[in-house]
Amino acid sequence: MSAPDAAPAAVAGARKPGLPDARTLHTRYLLSLGDDALIYAQRLGEWLTHAPQIEEDMALGNVGLDLLGQARSLLTRAGEVEDAHPRRDEDALAMLRDEREFRNVHLVERPRGDFGQEMARMLWFASYQYELYTALLGSADATLAGVAQKAVKEVAYHRDHATQWVLRLGDGTPESHARVQAGLEAVHPYVQELGEDFDAARWASEQGVGVLPSSLAASVNAYVGEVLEGATLVMPDEPRWHARGGREGVHSGAMGLLLAELQHIARSHPGATW
Amino acid sequence: MPSRTSDVGPTDLLGRVAQAVRAVPDPEIPVITIEDLGVIREVERVGDGLRVTITPTYSGCPAMRAMEEAVLDVGRRAGVPVEVVTRLSPAWTTDWMSEQGRESLRRFGIAPPTGERAHAAAGGPVGLTLQARQVTCPLCGSPDTEEIARFGSTACKALRRCLACREPFDEFKTL
Repeated sequence: MSAPDAAPAAVAGARKPGLPDARTLHTRYLLSLGDDALIYAQRLGEWLTHAPQIEEDMALGNVGLDLLGQARSLLTRAGEVEDAHPRRDEDALAMLRDEREFRNVHLVERPRGDFGQEMARMLWFASYQYELYTALLGSADATLAGVAQKAVKEVAYHRDHATQWVLRLGDGTPESHARVQAGLEAVHPYVQELGEDFDAARWASEQGVGVLPSSLAASVNAYVGEVLEGATLVMPDEPRWHARGGREGVHSGAMGLLLAELQHIARSHPGATW
Repeated sequence: MPSRTSDVGPTDLLGRVAQAVRAVPDPEIPVITIEDLGVIREVERVGDGLRVTITPTYSGCPAMRAMEEAVLDVGRRAGVPVEVVTRLSPAWTTDWMSEQGRESLRRFGIAPPTGERAHAAAGGPVGLTLQARQVTCPLCGSPDTEEIARFGSTACKALRRCLACREPFDEFKTL
């Protein structure tokens, strides 16, 4: 397994001792965004034929497809910025990186629970992505700004889908209420990581390329809080622990299994087409 | 935003190829051309060939690749070099769909985009109610329809049903 720092050797001068160069930080920022989208797309794909109704098979598949499209653009851009020799394209980045090189948050790699829990996760993640892409509309990285313009309209639909379901389930039967509340509790330890700053995001924010995750947290919390109130649900208490390390490539046991399923065809049959 | 054609007259070979490029059908909804869909931004003469600039609809739409291939194929068949360039900004919107395109969709049984998003507009208040929008049935014309699923058979469509004629139908979502 390769180290998380398998990026090419520093070319431009590093800003501070101990921090990688600008190219590496820019690449890592794009990877963190792209990996969140890719890994959640993979999890959502697992719902096909498992959702409570066929319309939800389609809906979760469609949301995953949007995210996969975003991941493709973001990973392609990451490969351009990285400019490795040979250059890594979207396929190389998605299929040939090892676990420690993925920079997604833990929230998106969690194994799926019941449908209520999935809607709780989607509500948080889509709310985060909505604020993120809105902030990235003015990115100094023109490609990233272009991806954000398209993606913000897509994730508005995702956020609304989760909102409608959380309202319906929360303000539904005692059973649906209890299950979506339990789902909120289950995902809560994984929510805080979405709003935590990391080196690449700090660099991106200083350069006008990206945004500090911590600057999005208040709006995300406000939106989710309002939905929960309307759904007669309660925001879980501060968890006693919370997941961390995803942005630095430290993942949970679930991640290896997810990657095995995602990557095994591409790795078993390099260059295969059909 | 209408697409632009520069330096390409309608009569010469390049002009005819440019017209054929604009007439390429959407692979998923073949009654509408990619020009009517609003995907084509520019068709320009570059040397002896054409540069076609397109703006993708949805990030993950598998039809985009097919459209690109179809455009390249038009060039190959005419013996004209054609290059396809993707432009992300400004992002595609259903507002770019032509009137003719909307009419074609309706005749095909797909309700064209209403211009009104199914969710609260960006920056607006949280949509805390289970909303109902008015979408007219493309089959019988009744406004009495309801949403069955926000996400339909493709990324760009929702599924609805008409309460008057009882037929289900697709709605092209406003983006």
